[in-house]
Amino acid sequence: MKRKLQNITSKIPACVAIFLILAVWMALSETGIIPAYMLPSPVGVLKALVNDMDLILMHAKVTLTEAFIGLCIGIVLAFFTATLMDRFVVLDHAFYPIMIITQTIPTIAIAPVLVLWMGFGMAPKITLVVITTFFPITVGLLDGYKSVDRDSIDLMRAMGASRMQIFTNVKIPTAMPQFFSGLKISASYAVVGAVISEWLGGFEGLGVYMTRVKKAYAFDKMFAVIIFIVIISLLLMFIVGIVRDFSMPWIRVQKKQEQK
Amino acid sequence: MALLKAENIKKKYGERTIISNINIELNRGEIVSLLGVSGSGKTTLFHVLSGLIEPEEGNVYLNDEDITNKPGKISYMLQKDLLFPHKKIIDNVSLPLVISGMKKEEARKKADPYFEEFGLKGTQQQYPCQLSGGMRQRAALLRTYLSSNGVALLDEPFSALDTITKSSIHKWYLDVMQHIELSTLFITHDIDEAILLSDRIYVLKGQPGMITDEIIIKEKKPRAEDFNLSDTFMKYKREIIGKL
Repeated sequence: MKRKLQNITSKIPACVAIFLILAVWMALSETGIIPAYMLPSPVGVLKALVNDMDLILMHAKVTLTEAFIGLCIGIVLAFFTATLMDRFVVLDHAFYPIMIITQTIPTIAIAPVLVLWMGFGMAPKITLVVITTFFPITVGLLDGYKSVDRDSIDLMRAMGASRMQIFTNVKIPTAMPQFFSGLKISASYAVVGAVISEWLGGFEGLGVYMTRVKKAYAFDKMFAVIIFIVIISLLLMFIVGIVRDFSMPWIRVQKKQEQK
Repeated sequence: MALLKAENIKKKYGERTIISNINIELNRGEIVSLLGVSGSGKTTLFHVLSGLIEPEEGNVYLNDEDITNKPGKISYMLQKDLLFPHKKIIDNVSLPLVISGMKKEEARKKADPYFEEFGLKGTQQQYPCQLSGGMRQRAALLRTYLSSNGVALLDEPFSALDTITKSSIHKWYLDVMQHIELSTLFITHDIDEAILLSDRIYVLKGQPGMITDEIIIKEKKPRAEDFNLSDTFMKYKREIIGKL
């Protein structure tokens, strides 16, 4: 009961902050300090979101497909890359700096190149999602592998464990919390990455819809899409959190023990 | 015939010789401790005995079979309990059996009957974080026993425990050793612990570390609860301090 109360009270500051931002936004737009064509009121945005929901959902289907496929490919690629870099130190030394450099290139700068190379279909969008999601997961997994206690590996070796047995019994479970931290970031990047690549060309998708409403100066609709993207990203992060809790039941038990 | 024998072991890290000319024996059913100050090479010696590292010179024999640099032949409990947080206690304990090729279910069935003997009844489905320090050590010891082939190396198994827990686990350890046949070589730098638990004590000292003395504890087992308050105990302690 006490813990539940603590959980509720800990969320109060965030709720108050969101409420304040909405109140200031409302005051600025309703009083006309900022004109409605520049900053539509929250009520206007909500109305646009409800009215255009069918259209938004239709475009969201495409964006989410791109994000999902890109994220899945990103996860698989990241897993193999991180595992190989952990297994062969020379690969780690060779590719880690390159990976860091690629992360300094803004996504918006790569997207046009990808469109030039791959056209206006799904391929450049998925590729961009793969590029943006790959890094956080790879780094998370690599850090996780490296965080394994040397003594744990010695213990496994003393038991006569093979390299594969050490990997499956120690390295993967130890790296799981870092993997899920990376995945959580990547899940939100996936949607944003897909939207950015759609800005630069395409026929369907939330990014395409955003550019259309922007050109029509329908800022309420544009804000509605932004809100929708935020909700989708939060939802994805929430789903990753559920999968993480389900995959690592011992973390739940540890947290309960710490709270006792 | 000695169950475990190490002959002329020498190990160097770079140019520095850590241990040299080490000759030790462990007979069936014995508890032998290796006593020495920090940095005398005790853990390095255990790494050699367990096959984790290869010595520059010398050989390790188990039942006359040369097991030098062959890990997996003798079980080794390192300083920390090293129970894997993601595995339930039953899976932690039965892990060596799974590694040796046994099916998971079969390994669990084999490990399960020992839980009562090791004072771990009812903890099978718990995670390590749900156990106290003493219980974790028992679980680690059971895991070591199950992978032991009758011989175990314990590196300061009780050093992380508080005095009261340590005292109770000493009693439990001596009791359980009466029931299971586990020849044990263990590292400690606690003189009292060494006298209380051991049949023999090797003193390791110097740079490089060498076995300089061997003390036989003649007091029969099970030892009286107040053995550590007796004159005999104090005599052994004085002798060991003198030799260290």
